[in-house]
Amino acid sequence: MRAALPALVVLALFAVVPWLAEVWGGSYLTSLAMRAMILAIAALSLDLLIGHGGMVSFGHAAFVAIGAYTAGIAITEGVTDLATILAIATAIAAAFALVTGAISLRTSGVSFIMITLAFGQMVFFTLGALNEYGADDGLTLWERAEVLARNDVLYFAILGTLAVVWLLIDRITGSRFGRVLRAARQNDVRVETLGYGVFGFRLTAYVLAGVIAALAGVLLANQAEFVSPAIASWQRSGDLIIIVVLGGMGSRSGAILGALAFVGLEEGLSTLTHDWRLIFGPLLIAIVLYAKGGLSSLFERRS
Amino acid sequence: MSAVLDVTNLRKSFGALAVTDGVSLDLHPGECHAIIGPNGAGKTTLIHQLSGTLSPDAGMIRFAGEDVTAMGADHRARRGLGRTFQITSIIPGFSVLENVALSVQAMSGSSYRFFGRAARERGLNERAMTALDLLGIADRAERPAADLSHGEKRALELAVAIAAEPKALLLDEPMAGMGRDESAALVETLKGLKPQHPLLLIEHDMDAVFALADRVSVLVYGQIVATGTPDEIRQNPQARAAYLGEEA
Repeated sequence: MRAALPALVVLALFAVVPWLAEVWGGSYLTSLAMRAMILAIAALSLDLLIGHGGMVSFGHAAFVAIGAYTAGIAITEGVTDLATILAIATAIAAAFALVTGAISLRTSGVSFIMITLAFGQMVFFTLGALNEYGADDGLTLWERAEVLARNDVLYFAILGTLAVVWLLIDRITGSRFGRVLRAARQNDVRVETLGYGVFGFRLTAYVLAGVIAALAGVLLANQAEFVSPAIASWQRSGDLIIIVVLGGMGSRSGAILGALAFVGLEEGLSTLTHDWRLIFGPLLIAIVLYAKGGLSSLFERRS
Repeated sequence: MSAVLDVTNLRKSFGALAVTDGVSLDLHPGECHAIIGPNGAGKTTLIHQLSGTLSPDAGMIRFAGEDVTAMGADHRARRGLGRTFQITSIIPGFSVLENVALSVQAMSGSSYRFFGRAARERGLNERAMTALDLLGIADRAERPAADLSHGEKRALELAVAIAAEPKALLLDEPMAGMGRDESAALVETLKGLKPQHPLLLIEHDMDAVFALADRVSVLVYGQIVATGTPDEIRQNPQARAAYLGEEA
């Protein structure tokens, strides 16, 4: 329970932001909160791979982009039914994860990082080549998916999704499936010789994570009302890894804390200087060195 | 009596080096078959091929009446072929109980279940506790596995293996690094396991081997040079020259 507390506090904080925004910050604050929540959803899914599964994917932003572009293209083509958009985005993300995961998971360690990076770049360049949908410049959406048209509905849809995904990941990691996944991260040979086909478990996790990231992408397209290939760039994949590490890998609250801290620092530091990453970098190093379990470890007292 | 495990003419080479050079052996129900041999004889390589972590170049492995030569380690394990490792192989971040529960889980229903809390499955935990009890480390159940002493880790390793209720157990130097007392206690435990779980034992501790084994095979440079009862092996000149001679 203690480990979940920081996440619950942050979720509660997100829940009151719309009222807070009426006093201070207005739509600037709500859109900032929405961005943090969407990043948190994507980071939660990535943490299933990195923190629990030991699979350091450097191409996770590609799945976010798949979701975002599915929404973007569908809405541009006049399909604004959210259920339809979600069904298509989920199906594409699952198929892409199944194929690229089946190939990537034949490797591990640095090779896995490189292969997932390569697949991510493939998505990035493919999106940049979509001439009918803005190519490199991206695509502006003139409307949102139907049910998300109202700002407050969009906001609470994102918050609700985050809460559900958080609970879902928590259940999964505590389940039989999650137990095998976590064990395989620590000692895959032993897990295999106990009778588990580790590859199948990892691939399943990879597909699950891809689908959840695509969900974040659908929300992102609706929130930003703009999609561009930059969503799939390797820098965005790197941001997601940073969030996971910053928050604390494989912890119950890590991804949510990490996303909040990331957006907060990005906003705060970039008001100070254009080269905010010059400060952010050393800060990240300090956290990795001195708070090994990330931000969430500062709240957990380990025996 | 038909063999649980039947290995025929197994071969494995690394480059020009034949590490397993036409090995044939079998394991009968209720027996302990020990494989002894000098360092570098290819004992661990042999175990790896039997358990499926390494695939042989030629030969056949039959287990429980089935040809498992082409099967991966996970499939063999699910058919009841358990193993332990020479270098302790546990899940360090899991509790002792969860290490064993993971082993029970592999043998009881699908692990593609995503919602129920695995840690609260009583069926898994109870069977895990039974195995821990048998090995005398039940009082360590809630401790992180990484915190155990060397001897306790060896016991955990064995608890993990027997919790799956294997039809045969491959033991790769279970006494490695143990003191005399611990080793003697483990011999007694293994004697108790032998009737239900036939043991293929690799071990350097000759006292343990001669106390436990019903048959002993001597492996030298990838070949079995002698097989027989412990007494026969003690008398066998080839075995003495290859292995026992070194001990004297």
